[in-house]
Amino acid sequence: MSTAIETPRSTETLNYLNTKYGWKSWLFTTDHKRIAILYLISISFFFLLGGIFAMLVRLELATPAGDLFNSDTYNKLFTMHGIVMIFFFLIPSIPATLGNFLIPMMIGAKDLAFPRINLLSWYIYIVAGLIAVGTMAYGGVDTGWTFYPPFSSTYSRTYVVAAAIAVFVSGFSSILTGLNFIVTIHKMRAPGMTFDRLPLFVWAHYATSLIQLLGTPVVAITIALLGLERIFHVGIFDPAIGGDPILFQHLFWFYSHPAVYIMILPGMGVINEIVACFSRKRPFGYPFIAGSSIGIAVLGFLVWGHHMFVTGQSMYASLVFSLLSMAVAVPSAIKVFNWTATMYKGSIRFETPMLYAFGFIGLFTIGGLTGLFLATLATNVHLTDTYFVVAHFHYVMVGGMVLGYLGGLHFWWPKITGRMYPEFWGKLSALIVFVGFNFTFFPQFLAGYAGMPRRYHAYAPEYQVFNVMSTAGASVLGIGFTLPLIYLIWSLFYGPKAPANPWGAKGLEWETSSPPPTYNFDTPPVMNEEAYNYSGDDTGVHVG
Amino acid sequence: MTWAVVSGAFVPSLALAEASLPTNIFAPASTPAQIVHGLSLFVLTVTGVIFVVVFSLLAYSAIKFRRRPGDDDREPFQIYGSDQLELAWTVIPVIIVMVLFLTSARVIHTVQDARKPKSAIDVTVVGHQFWWEFRYPQYGFVTANELHVPVSDPKHPTPTYLKLLSADTDHSFWVPRLAGKTDLIPNHPNEMWIDPHETGLFLGQCAQYCGTQHAKMLLRVYVQSREDFDRWAREQQQAPAAVSPGDATAGQRVFQSTACINCHAVSGTNANGKFGPDLTHLMSRSTIASGAVPNTPANLRAWIDNPETFKPGSLMPAMNLSPKELDEVTTYLLTLH
Repeated sequence: MSTAIETPRSTETLNYLNTKYGWKSWLFTTDHKRIAILYLISISFFFLLGGIFAMLVRLELATPAGDLFNSDTYNKLFTMHGIVMIFFFLIPSIPATLGNFLIPMMIGAKDLAFPRINLLSWYIYIVAGLIAVGTMAYGGVDTGWTFYPPFSSTYSRTYVVAAAIAVFVSGFSSILTGLNFIVTIHKMRAPGMTFDRLPLFVWAHYATSLIQLLGTPVVAITIALLGLERIFHVGIFDPAIGGDPILFQHLFWFYSHPAVYIMILPGMGVINEIVACFSRKRPFGYPFIAGSSIGIAVLGFLVWGHHMFVTGQSMYASLVFSLLSMAVAVPSAIKVFNWTATMYKGSIRFETPMLYAFGFIGLFTIGGLTGLFLATLATNVHLTDTYFVVAHFHYVMVGGMVLGYLGGLHFWWPKITGRMYPEFWGKLSALIVFVGFNFTFFPQFLAGYAGMPRRYHAYAPEYQVFNVMSTAGASVLGIGFTLPLIYLIWSLFYGPKAPANPWGAKGLEWETSSPPPTYNFDTPPVMNEEAYNYSGDDTGVHVG
Repeated sequence: MTWAVVSGAFVPSLALAEASLPTNIFAPASTPAQIVHGLSLFVLTVTGVIFVVVFSLLAYSAIKFRRRPGDDDREPFQIYGSDQLELAWTVIPVIIVMVLFLTSARVIHTVQDARKPKSAIDVTVVGHQFWWEFRYPQYGFVTANELHVPVSDPKHPTPTYLKLLSADTDHSFWVPRLAGKTDLIPNHPNEMWIDPHETGLFLGQCAQYCGTQHAKMLLRVYVQSREDFDRWAREQQQAPAAVSPGDATAGQRVFQSTACINCHAVSGTNANGKFGPDLTHLMSRSTIASGAVPNTPANLRAWIDNPETFKPGSLMPAMNLSPKELDEVTTYLLTLH
């Protein structure tokens, strides 16, 4: 009959996905792009896990009585939701996936400066993740993700030490990633890629990495001390043996407030790229956007005391923290205004990534403005520890960071996989996420104003109307998050092949093929024009 | 002008939606809550204006400059930036921040640096897992979970000063209509004050996560006229009347011969435990288990039989009393007026 023909695989150009096959080629890879994929799969798992905890929390809160779970189970659910989402999803999310994949390409490098350390950081993350999952499987932890002593050191009867070890270990992954990025950005830039030509995505990651490198060791020390206190009763945090529980709060928030900027800055970086590309404009005020990232990173280290306004902290200390916290609004506002100005006189296309970018800007703005209520010392004493705070940080973390992450994932999906995602489904899911998100979290602002404290598994019936809306919204949001999971996987097999630069975007990552070859570029790139040179001839003007 | 417009749009709708809530901070009834409420309206107005401005600009740019079918393929004219604009949207937020900061500083100074008048009532609040202990050092009695304070006439203020302590882990004292929160932290005494301007019942709750039954650590503050408060205080100072012979005596015997007295005190008897709420005037309280259920004979009996029924994780153990003993103890407790 017919003779066998060689498989068509050999006719494809070699790229990072088809150079080698088999699990070893993935688990022992040092290619930043493959490591990014490993991260992508693992953080998706943790997002799903944290999401399940969130759904259970929302189900319980649909009725005022604590009828679905007993209070101990509920306390573990919100604790594990927090730990999983913060330490295993939000902190690694954009940096470890998109950052890992794109930073070397954006600056014209073959890989990160330390490819093996990059792989090591993924393994550390996985070990930490396994410890966390093991802790949960054995019965979990109920201290809240904040681990406040003396509850965590003395009164909790759950697996505090195991959870603390998981957080402690995951920190090293974060530190190594940050270190790798900083060295790479300094030392691996292609000829012509000066600092003032770096994509703003890279600037945002540079700022993020600074926080990871300088802040994470503090939380590692704090968590280690907490473990020592719980096991050996050394008397650092436990007031019964001479320790100071407030010391823990200072140390914990010294990292954990900057940590929210670890989570949001990379999202802002993504938005810069998307807004520029889909408005066909160089970002308005490039140096100010880049500088505001650094500004946020620096200011972020000086505001931790606003978590402690009601602990009896000195009024004058609180006032200083209040002022510094409000000051963070200034660089954040600069970003929002510059994004808007970038769109001004642009030629705006509403593809899926741009829809997510609009979602990000809108929700982040609400998150930021409600942050002013919390930074204002006098209103904070009412709103802290209520659902107002919960709503505020979900507006920033989910409305901001997760939308930024999804927008970025869609934007660079063709580059990462070589396939286009279905645009209709993309737009639909962006819309569902936006609507579901607002239905979930806006009522929580009202519930907080109405006096509903957080971390309550049973509540007064007056608050039920807010909670029913929120739970209903959460189911819509759940659908919105599930859709991309389905159609993105579908597109891997059936999506149309992506060209090198499907969006007509600027940036070195778009000048190589989709998906890129193992060392990113067939010939080493040279940056011989300004960043975001959309008109192609450097004819733009700087007004005034 | 803008203040009126925005508050006209936002505030009444919020206030309407929440007016019926007993913990509504839009219905402040004490100076610390009032001035914070005023400030929060100011912050709401400022952020509301910013919101409207930012979203109008964003919507304008997005709609006006959308790509239309038939647009040519030329890229739009590039504008790299403008120093004046950057300066403007840096300086204006800085000014807004300074205004908010100074307004807030004045409010917080009013609350925290207020002079304590001689007529102030002192109450020491001790947070326990999962209930509140209230000591009245000027009157020499102890009660639990339901705080009674006199109404404070602004002309002759009789504020109540709360000294906040914790017996175990962190808690937070919050009665939204009376004042903002203050944490109760072991080994770290804090202080706050309230001066309720109207009588009535004000609800609150523990606001700092403290473990299993954090959600059932409710607060009830009864603001009374000065006469009612003085009468209540006199009653609290007295030991309960001796029990008349019958079931109550049997109940008292059970109470005093089991572990009840290790944790609970009834003044004038040998029960002087300190770990649980003082029961001397138990029947003067309208709820039990820190506001979890109304104080009815049936609830009281069910609670003693097994505290887990209302409050799983409560530190009070089930005493395994026989039904007869349960009846007797309940009868005895019902005499503690």
